[in-house]
Amino acid sequence: MPVGGGKRDPLDRREEMTGASMLERSGDAGPGRRDVRADGQGRGGRKRRRGAESLMVPEAEFESYYGRPIIKAPVWQIMDIAGYLYLGGLAGSSSVVGALADATGRPTLRRGSRLVAGGAAIVSTVALVHDLGVPTRFVNMLRVFKWTSPMNVGSWILAPFGTLAGVAMATEMPGVVLPVVKVVAGTKVAGVAERLMPGVGSAAGAGSALLGPALTTYTAVLISDTAVPAWHDVYPELPFVFAASGIASAGGAGMVAAPVAEAGPARRMGVLGAGTELALMERMERRVGLVGEVYSQGRSGALLKASRVALAAGSAGALLAPRLGRWGRAAQVVSGLALNAGAALTRFGIYEGGVASAKDPKYTVVPQRERLEARRAARAAASNGGRPPQG
Amino acid sequence: MTAPPTTAPEAGAAPRGETFDPAGASGYDHDHPPRKGFFTDTSLCIGCKACEVACKEWNDVPQDGPMELTGESYDNTSDLGASTWRHVAFIEQVVPAKPPVSLGMPSLRPVETMPPDGVSAQGPSGSGQGVRWLMSSDVCKHCTHAACLDVCPTGALIRTEHGTVIVQDDVCNGCGYCVPACPYGVIGKRESDGKAHKCTLCYDRISDADEPQEPACAKACPTDSIQFGVLDELRERADARLAELKSRGEPNAQLYGHDPDDGVGGDGAFFLLLDDPEVYGLPPDPVVTTRDLPSMWRHAGAAAVALAGAVAVTFLGRRS
Repeated sequence: MPVGGGKRDPLDRREEMTGASMLERSGDAGPGRRDVRADGQGRGGRKRRRGAESLMVPEAEFESYYGRPIIKAPVWQIMDIAGYLYLGGLAGSSSVVGALADATGRPTLRRGSRLVAGGAAIVSTVALVHDLGVPTRFVNMLRVFKWTSPMNVGSWILAPFGTLAGVAMATEMPGVVLPVVKVVAGTKVAGVAERLMPGVGSAAGAGSALLGPALTTYTAVLISDTAVPAWHDVYPELPFVFAASGIASAGGAGMVAAPVAEAGPARRMGVLGAGTELALMERMERRVGLVGEVYSQGRSGALLKASRVALAAGSAGALLAPRLGRWGRAAQVVSGLALNAGAALTRFGIYEGGVASAKDPKYTVVPQRERLEARRAARAAASNGGRPPQG
Repeated sequence: MTAPPTTAPEAGAAPRGETFDPAGASGYDHDHPPRKGFFTDTSLCIGCKACEVACKEWNDVPQDGPMELTGESYDNTSDLGASTWRHVAFIEQVVPAKPPVSLGMPSLRPVETMPPDGVSAQGPSGSGQGVRWLMSSDVCKHCTHAACLDVCPTGALIRTEHGTVIVQDDVCNGCGYCVPACPYGVIGKRESDGKAHKCTLCYDRISDADEPQEPACAKACPTDSIQFGVLDELRERADARLAELKSRGEPNAQLYGHDPDDGVGGDGAFFLLLDDPEVYGLPPDPVVTTRDLPSMWRHAGAAAVALAGAVAVTFLGRRS
């Protein structure tokens, strides 16, 4: 029967269960029971998914219930959640840039990064609340602390981060904030607020920078801590991919915000982040075996391909910008946007890959069956005194 | 509630502590009731779907989507979800024919003239094949280590004193995290109210202080394919049944969700299957995703530190 995604002919299942495959199934229950039957009687002489050689080639046939998925695909809205994976990373990493720009006397980079961090944190929060089935109950996230729930931990990271990044952002907008304070609390308070603003901005910015890296990488745990094969199986690499991608996007944001002379760190971040991300994604897809293929197929494959192009172009632009004279600033802005497009496309591509891996039972059944048979074989070998089982 | 359900034979007499006690581990005190569960013996299932109907009726579960025929089998329910807490799977397999058995009924021809072995009246004519039907009523497994419960950010999903797992409707905010976390694809998010729902093992029925009753599906099951009771007792019954079926020539008969050392620590609702789990749409070797969570947190922590360090490095050097 055809293996892979998409709709299957309803008769496939019947077809698959026809003939010699069933005959042999009623035989012994040893690990080798699904070897090809020599006589190939009728339509049934098909190769079962598993011989003694196991599944080096993932052309494997497997069984399923009418090709239906075994696990449920996420019910999140992709714009909300994949968008949050990107925006959370952008906000978290930008907060670090803002604090370091503040400490090293780069005011334009500082201001831009604080605005991006605060703005992205606010949009993230709105997206997350919007995705809830009962949005009015969003505070229920904070009625407990549960380290076993990355979404709960994330809420406890995002709430203080958003507050601090929001305050830091507000201190960069005195023209908006001070008149409001003046109306609400009077001229005297507004005067005090104006004097305190730089100090408050630095403190809040530093505070958000302490939480920012965690905000960037915990989202990898958020999606890995599911039964979705393409998300769960990549859990060792994914936080590092998200960290690199976050660095690339925050660098890109800095390149958009700051003049060429001030944006050296941002350009270096763009190149470093994009390069690391590309290398890690490559490694990740190769390491996980069968399920890694979802990241090169279908919508996920297309998104990730576009991401690679955008990241490569953005890094090239970041390297060239300081040498382009009066075109340097424009090149830097375009490259910064490309890096952000690349980072966002990565998150959407990974999201789509996960959904694809959940919808095709192959990615649930084949690796689990392999694991089970390997365990059985090991047990049989142990009880045979170390010799491989007969048959 | 401490009174054992009257419908569970020898409740309380079954040895305690034989299986892991998730209720105790969740903080219920020593005299909480013994762990309850389902043993679904699919060899007895006749596919009548009375369990599906009884579950919907008792729990007031709304219609699950438009009325549609799958066109693939007698199963038009297809899978478990927010509004389907019991699902009867229906599988048709071609198998080697068995010789016809004389039932001693009046017949048009004597037994001697019936088709010889290997050519059955059941299968395609002259094919030497027969057909068998597998039917199985699927349900929430009430895992010992439940991923849905672990990942729930609000604490809406809880462990009950019976060791089962339920969603508290008044707490769930519909984040949907439990949905892809479940290794069995059981729990779903209902569109009409935006909240997650699944089998409660009829918490209201089994917890009734005056007159505990078995869950609606088990009550309605006409063949006792669905058996409710104290888990340890059900497990003993299942072992005996498996041995019986094996001796009667069902080599592929197997218990599913029965092993306390499996990836989810064993299921509170386990099954006797006549074929491999994936044939019924069950994962062959499910693992609770949170088993790897400590390692995931370590990786994320290391990545966060690396991020901060990498950004700091880009600020070193020339002022440009």
